[in-house]
Amino acid sequence: MRFQRAIAGLGLGLAIAVLTGVLAGTVARSNDPLIVPITIHFSHYDPSVVTVPVGRPVTFVITNTDPIDHEWIVGDAATHERHRTGTEPVHASRPTEISIPALSQKRTTVTFASPGSLQFICHLPGHEAYGMVGTVVIGASG
Amino acid sequence: MRHLGTMGRLGIGIPAAMLGILLAVGPALACGGLIGPNGAVNLLRTTTFAGYHGGVEHYVTAFQFAGGGGAFGSITPLPGVPSTVEKGGDWTLQRLVRETSPVRLEDLGAASAAPAASGAQELMKVKIDALDITVLKGGAADIGQWATSHGFRLPPDAPEVLAFYADRSPIFLAAAFDANAAKARGQQIGDGTPVHITIPTPNPWVPLRILALGKTGGEAIQADVFLLTDHAPTLLPVPIGTNGIRLDHDAAASASLLSDLRSDRGMEWIPSGGWLTKVAVDGTASQLSYDLAIDASGAGQPSAVAAGLALPGAAAPTTPIDLTRLFLALGLATLGLLGIGLILGGRPGSRLAG
Repeated sequence: MRFQRAIAGLGLGLAIAVLTGVLAGTVARSNDPLIVPITIHFSHYDPSVVTVPVGRPVTFVITNTDPIDHEWIVGDAATHERHRTGTEPVHASRPTEISIPALSQKRTTVTFASPGSLQFICHLPGHEAYGMVGTVVIGASG
Repeated sequence: MRHLGTMGRLGIGIPAAMLGILLAVGPALACGGLIGPNGAVNLLRTTTFAGYHGGVEHYVTAFQFAGGGGAFGSITPLPGVPSTVEKGGDWTLQRLVRETSPVRLEDLGAASAAPAASGAQELMKVKIDALDITVLKGGAADIGQWATSHGFRLPPDAPEVLAFYADRSPIFLAAAFDANAAKARGQQIGDGTPVHITIPTPNPWVPLRILALGKTGGEAIQADVFLLTDHAPTLLPVPIGTNGIRLDHDAAASASLLSDLRSDRGMEWIPSGGWLTKVAVDGTASQLSYDLAIDASGAGQPSAVAAGLALPGAAAPTTPIDLTRLFLALGLATLGLLGIGLILGGRPGSRLAG
């Protein structure tokens, strides 16, 4: 009888430990940035559609394989309209607006606060018309 | 702000209007906005001559000053390393136009117009009037890097177009045209600077896809490509009109034309006889996904690789009909053998006694 109690106690303790660990792990993973690679090749984004969670940091690793400069600007319609007529030579101060020089790689981390979808576009002259447009789909909490 | 570019490879490619690449005139606009009108240079219809004789392609094209200021440039893919790049003759292109369009003399004035960390090798540098010309060797990324580091503003389709050419020939000719310098030299609107490129090559072709560089799918592209070959050439793709290229002239070259061409600067190589072909490029950017391959030997087998329709080293395609026929023949033979076996097996005399 004493032995059975000991076994039951050990099992309960083990279960609690495992549950705690799982919860802790989940919390840790939620706080770690989600890595999303995007390749630019022949002036197109690949993939052109990415799905990310709400509220969790997302690190976009953007690799430009082209011998020309590109941009990755994510935002709503008003943001893109502003950039279509903008004159900033280089984007560097905002994580949602990145310049990627020829044959280089840039990383930027963005946390999306609400669900929905946003476009990412290269606003260098002629690039959007050529097809440098993609979509971030922001889904459920991650 | 763009140039047209034509290239011909009679063994080489000829760009009459090379790539329309803009040389940066001021700070580049990183966001939105089109390329500013400052330094705009209007390029009109491009005219290019590609002559092929004795294993050498002679490519003559002109950069025509059509007003504006600033600097602009072009990049032209070539089929091989040129032996010389020099100022072209003064009337070769005009004489060719007159030969094939004798009733349109009034059009003559508008005939043309129109590395830091780079791995590109600079094989040759030449200055001709207001043009700074550099012959380059390298892959698509090398050429793109060289161009951007030298002030060329490449359009978004440049990476793909450069790769299209570099996969077949790593030789490019970059030309930077300083419109302000042209103005200072007293060049008037309509004046052209002819350039004569001599390229030893066994297999001529004329780059056409380069003409669509920087243009959107529906934009019109017009250019005239004159070919002078020893024999009537076979072209690929065939200029049928609906594919963006049209055969406007196809006949033995007249003695007077050859004599006139031969008397121009650098044109002593013109043979005593030849075949004159005029291919008019008259289509949209989306149509020009190919180059013009030329078989000038008389064998009638232009290269699909030179036309950009196949990759170098690709196995020759096997036609489906051959496979179909092969399997059909094998099937019939098998059925025949089975039939013979059944017939023989059914005959009493064919069985062993006992």
